Amino acid sequence: MTVEGASRTGHAARALIYLVLLLFALFYLLPFGIMVINSLKPLSEITGGNMMALPRTWTLEPWRAAWSTAQIGVSPTGLAPYFWNSIKMAVPAVALSTIFGAVNGYVLTKWRFRGDTLIFGLMLFSCFIPFQIVLIPMARSLGILGLAGTTPGLVLVHFVYGIGFTTLYFRNYYAAFPTELVRAAMIDGAGFFRIFWRILLPSSGPIIAVSVIWQITNIWNDFLFGTSFADFDSQPVTVALNNLVNSSTGVKEYNVHFAGAIYAALPTLLVYVVAGRYFVRGLMSGSVKG
Amino acid sequence: MGFLSIDNVTKSYGAVRVLHGVDIEVEEGEFLVLVGPSGCGKSTLLNMIAGLEEISSGEIRIRDRVMNGVHPSRRNIAMVFQSYALYPNMSVAKNITFGLEMHGTPKDQREAALARVAGMLQIENLLDRKPAALSGGQRQRVAMGRALVRDPDVFLFDEPLSNLDAKLRVDMRTEIKKLHARLGTTIVYVTHDQIEAMTLSTRIAVMSGGHIQQLGTPRQIYDDPANIFVAAFMGSPSMNLLPARLHVSGQGAVAEIADAEGAPLRLPVRGNFAGWDGRAVVLGIRPEALTDPGGADRAARDVVALRNRIDVTEPAGADTFVTTTLAGRDVIGRLRADAEVRAGQIADLAVNMDKAVLFDPETELRIG
Ligand SMILES: Nc1ncnc2c1ncn2[C@@H]1O[C@H](COP(=O)(O)OP(=O)(O)OP(=O)(O)O)[C@@H](O)[C@H]1O
Ligand SMILES: [Mg+2]
Repeated sequence: MTVEGASRTGHAARALIYLVLLLFALFYLLPFGIMVINSLKPLSEITGGNMMALPRTWTLEPWRAAWSTAQIGVSPTGLAPYFWNSIKMAVPAVALSTIFGAVNGYVLTKWRFRGDTLIFGLMLFSCFIPFQIVLIPMARSLGILGLAGTTPGLVLVHFVYGIGFTTLYFRNYYAAFPTELVRAAMIDGAGFFRIFWRILLPSSGPIIAVSVIWQITNIWNDFLFGTSFADFDSQPVTVALNNLVNSSTGVKEYNVHFAGAIYAALPTLLVYVVAGRYFVRGLMSGSVKG
Repeated sequence: MGFLSIDNVTKSYGAVRVLHGVDIEVEEGEFLVLVGPSGCGKSTLLNMIAGLEEISSGEIRIRDRVMNGVHPSRRNIAMVFQSYALYPNMSVAKNITFGLEMHGTPKDQREAALARVAGMLQIENLLDRKPAALSGGQRQRVAMGRALVRDPDVFLFDEPLSNLDAKLRVDMRTEIKKLHARLGTTIVYVTHDQIEAMTLSTRIAVMSGGHIQQLGTPRQIYDDPANIFVAAFMGSPSMNLLPARLHVSGQGAVAEIADAEGAPLRLPVRGNFAGWDGRAVVLGIRPEALTDPGGADRAARDVVALRNRIDVTEPAGADTFVTTTLAGRDVIGRLRADAEVRAGQIADLAVNMDKAVLFDPETELRIG
């Protein structure tokens, strides 16, 4: 909006705009707000009262319980071990799929070879394969590899599944990267990896952000692969949260469940808050750049 | 045996052949310009010399070393790209020395080379900047610096000036010429600008459709074009090409141009036209040969006076270009700036026939 335009838009109109925006923000924040409020109440206030009301006695006990003492399945461990499982699964899987996607994109755009479009087409196709279809073949493969029920097994699954998306991102990004730069570097005497490392990668910030955010969100939030391929001691936090909520012993501790759900959602939330604008910037960069 | 030999080189993309048997011998220190219309294969040929495109058949040698299959970095060539291709994440200094670093040159030698090149191109004050913070002309200099620092056998330039504005282009053109005079390094230079080709080169290869149409010095190309394509492509405004009929007799040859009104125009031509008596030809007259009577070359042997209607005048400062009609075709003449002509008037003109050229209308090849 131009300076003139801004001054012509009256104060009343501006107030209205902000009011509407505020309402929408409230609407979207409401579920999360209710989770936070109820995770800070004793259980009695939830069962005996109003979900919407603020706590009369504030307590962090549900948070402590969800983290370290709540009953998950058969053992009272809290979510902590499973949270670490998720980290041990997500970090390598995100890193590997991003690195391989970047190298794939580099090869598919700058070191074209016979049949490269076919290969790219097949990789693209992998983005559209529904999770359910691969479950049984994947279980079999993990069994043969001796990775069934382990965290490395989950890493492999997410890595393989993610590579299609990351390749797509990096290929499209590098397609707009001037080939003359690669040629100049070749004449300068840089080899395959040196060109990638010194010329392409330093300009890849936005698309790395996109790839990492996309992969973290998907891998952290995944439930199906976690529940299908993990053992008790390698389950990711999403599966553990489900077990927490479904634990049949005793009363349902809603306040603990709320706290647990927030724990499970926290990393992806954090990633969006910290790096969300890079995500948008990275997705836009292809179209904005000349 | 030349310094750079291009020996019967062809290039095909699948079934499509884009270069047909190119033969060029370049001597050491030559400035060879490849010129031709868009898509004629200039860049392809240059990239093959650089090793960026595979050679489909034939051989390229530099200093008698066969280059087929040799990696670009091992050919001892340096290239300046049309887009400059500066590494966006590196400073100017890094851009210039990256090649040396890749070739394992020690740091102190790299810095000495950088200082030498930066001084030569007057870019010392830009060394810490990133390419994004440079103007077009400055980027151009840095791109040249990156090539110069390597001290190569051959410089390859692919339309290095085409992204500059008109004024800067002329300045840089002069600078490239000075640089060549100073360094004496062999240069192969691609352009589609025929003025660049004329001014810079020691020899020009005019290309079209994947063929070398003519290879020669700028003077040969301009005065003795081998065919209609070369005649029309080189020179600005381009050569006037008129259908004519040739009459050869004991006194010499005359090209006769039919005119709608009045008697046909008879223009004497010189050369060996045995067997062409009475046949149709294409007569080529450069704009500067069609001028005002006072502007005609006094040393010329055959000057024909002519009165014709001026259709358009285009004063260009140093000269005035006029359009008039001969044999039903628009022709362009180049008059002195102070010649008194106005559009719509009948004016006295002179045609200098000394440098007129004739072509066979069927084969389009030069005759005589
Ligand atoms: N990868 C390719 N596959 C098929 N044809 C190609 C390929 N690259 C180039 N060509 C064709 O080769 C011909 C020569 O291309 P080249 O780039 O050498 O032209 P040029 O003379 O440099 O033109 P310009 O002045 O536009 O740069 C063109 O007709 C082009 O279409
Ligand atoms: Mg080209």
